[in-house]
Amino acid sequence: MRRFAKAILGLGLVLALGLAAAPATAQTPRKGGTLRILVHPEPPHVVTALGQASGTVTIGGKIFEGLLTFDFGLNPKPGLAERWERSADGLTYTFHLRRNAKWHDGKPFTAADVVFTTQEFLMKTHPRARSVFSRVASVETPDDHTVVYKLKERFSPFLYAFELSGAPMMPKHIYAGTEFDKNPANAKPVGTGPFRFVSWTRGESLQLERNPDYYREGRPYLDAISFHFIPDAAARTVALEQGLVDQAQFDAVQFTDLERLKKNPALTIADKGQEFIAPLILMDMNSRRPPFGDKRFRKALLHSIDRNFIKDRIFYGQGKVPTGPISSSTRYYISDVPRYDYDPEKAKALLDEMGLKPGADGTRAEIKILALPYGDHWTRLGEYLRESFRRVGVRATVENTDPGNWIQRYTNWDYDIVYTFFYQYADPALGVARTYLCSNVRKVFLANANGYCNQRIDDLFSAATSETDEAKKQAAYDEIQKTLIEDLPTAPLLELQFPVVLNRRVHDAITTAHGPNDAYADAWLAR
Amino acid sequence: MRLRYILRRLANGVLVVLLVVVFNFVILRLAPGDPAMIMAGESGASDEQFIADVRRAYGLDQPMPTQLATYLGNVLQFDLGFSYRQKRPNAELIGERLPATLLLALSAFVLSLTLGVLLGYLAARYRGVVDWLVSVVSLAFYATPIFWIGLMGIIVFSIQLEWLPAFGMRSIMPVRGEFAKIADVLHHLVLPALTLGLFYMAIFARLMRASLLEVRPLDFVATARAKGATIGRVWRRHMLRNAFLPVLTMAGVQAGQIVGGSILVETVFAWPGIGRLAFEAVLQRDYNLLLGIFLVTSTAVVLINLATDVIYVLVDPRARPA
Repeated sequence: MRRFAKAILGLGLVLALGLAAAPATAQTPRKGGTLRILVHPEPPHVVTALGQASGTVTIGGKIFEGLLTFDFGLNPKPGLAERWERSADGLTYTFHLRRNAKWHDGKPFTAADVVFTTQEFLMKTHPRARSVFSRVASVETPDDHTVVYKLKERFSPFLYAFELSGAPMMPKHIYAGTEFDKNPANAKPVGTGPFRFVSWTRGESLQLERNPDYYREGRPYLDAISFHFIPDAAARTVALEQGLVDQAQFDAVQFTDLERLKKNPALTIADKGQEFIAPLILMDMNSRRPPFGDKRFRKALLHSIDRNFIKDRIFYGQGKVPTGPISSSTRYYISDVPRYDYDPEKAKALLDEMGLKPGADGTRAEIKILALPYGDHWTRLGEYLRESFRRVGVRATVENTDPGNWIQRYTNWDYDIVYTFFYQYADPALGVARTYLCSNVRKVFLANANGYCNQRIDDLFSAATSETDEAKKQAAYDEIQKTLIEDLPTAPLLELQFPVVLNRRVHDAITTAHGPNDAYADAWLAR
Repeated sequence: MRLRYILRRLANGVLVVLLVVVFNFVILRLAPGDPAMIMAGESGASDEQFIADVRRAYGLDQPMPTQLATYLGNVLQFDLGFSYRQKRPNAELIGERLPATLLLALSAFVLSLTLGVLLGYLAARYRGVVDWLVSVVSLAFYATPIFWIGLMGIIVFSIQLEWLPAFGMRSIMPVRGEFAKIADVLHHLVLPALTLGLFYMAIFARLMRASLLEVRPLDFVATARAKGATIGRVWRRHMLRNAFLPVLTMAGVQAGQIVGGSILVETVFAWPGIGRLAFEAVLQRDYNLLLGIFLVTSTAVVLINLATDVIYVLVDPRARPA
């Protein structure tokens, strides 16, 4: 009962903070106007529950909503659920839904939609959601506006699963009994969000209009949002500079153009709004392949890398040098762990200690780097790693592929070194554990590919996942972070902040941990 | 007789298209990469069940020959399948992009052919400075990469002079009125069509000039002059027509090339055509969509070549099939 009270108190606090933060924007929101957003690459579809390509979530996040949203501090805020509570034993979660929420076709949004979405729809289409909702023992709907989840065992990150890309609510009356991914409604999506789908001219633009029946009084402020697809990077930058569009985010902005865009007085770059995904660039080292099995080799490589250079010169200042396997904006992060400063001499000493002495040409070992084929800056990162390793006597070659081939090689453990970014999803149990668990050493994408296996780590993650006492949970994550940075199965290279460029006439767009993927009910345009 | 010739050519064309499909099918499957894994990657997690589901739903779990047989069977019933990436029928996806590509390719083709023939004619007829100018211009366009012409066009005409839009097929701000809409599209068409067309214009101009110079010393020209036709008439009515035949042959071959070249131009100018659709389908291993695009483009090339041959027969009686 006390926990229940605490949850309610916490909710009250969150609301109070939200209210307190509101006047900080100072200006009064103006109604009307069309917000024009660049999206690149053009997404295959905009149904968030069917796939989570970056453009799908940015656009679909304004049509489809989750039960919860999260503020910058990752505290839950009302979405389609206005209240929620967790039982004292941590096994039961009750959500109270908004009574005035409607689908875009006018039908009411009810508890049946929630059960259908999480237990039927997402179970078929969304692996990340399935791993959460398969833990549900039963779901009850005492009335049309209450959903009660009973879990098989305690799962403390459960609330984070109800975010907009993890569990976007889908209309039961349209999808029940159909083949979800072939339903014609996918081409004309029906959600509950502040914006309704109007039209999509493939290769050009997609139009959304204001949902006049939105459940929040007076919201959204905008009349419409249009998304524009321009494949050429230079043309996108010109469109931002000329004010033809108001916003561009993620891959729509080229890092090399950031300096130029920053100098433009009409534009600003958001420094918040990626706390939920918190992309962390990891260098994954295949421990099955010698000499990577020796942690001194892995440490030597990390000491040879100047991560400030990566941050400033390759990613143009967009991020932070990480300290450990959990990103600093994710829950349970601690900074008090052993550090790996840029120190080539230390790297050489470690290699000497291993017996990897330089040969006649100065080479101690030869390795391969599988470059991430997602754009120029990722290729440059691979080249920078190669040069860093060369300076300590490790000769590396960079292998270039295309995305399909890259995923296949990574998934089949066919690499020495690979690097990419990992989303954290707010709780380490969701975004961090997968990379390190013995039980997740599998040949599927984004599992534990490096082969690291430490039973103690598995036990700690499993304890933290089922623990509801925050102090005990923190203690488990303290030990996890210290152990993983000491064993170093993967080397954290950068807490990446994707560029989000906004025209200054856009206000209150980035207000939650979902940043540009948020529904934009509060966003408005100055004249 | 002529109808039988066309029918025979059509039957050949169907065979060619089917061969193209089979060949592409095999090549595509030889490339490493699994569409199910690419989709799983975007969802931020994957498991064996998801990958198995995707493979089963789209027939990717079947042996290759079975998949090929199924695909060919569907194609013969004019069914291009369903895009597992875009969750829509491939025929729809291709259908909505095709007009843009046809508009771009046709404009570029007509532009390059008329300008090329005109320039070649002027160069051959007036020689001297005109010839020199035409040679320099056509050599320049022939030697310059298409994408560079495109980028320079954007810098000069869109960014510096602000005369022409840099990208897209329509303005971001909606235009009212049917006439204004057409004008808007044409305005957007200028740069991409010029970029694509100038290279081919250079080819046609050089060919036209050479061909005219080859025809000039022939006997029938002297005969035409002797029977009293004016110089202008001889050039236009007698020489131009004869010299045009090699250009026509070349035009048939280049028409296919222009469709290919439009992929690059569509990317530079954000032109919403089939080329970009193909490019994205390659990256995402959207096999059936890609095969559909190949099918449509190879059909177009076969039809264009057939049309060229028919026109050839009409223009030159000697080429009539026996």
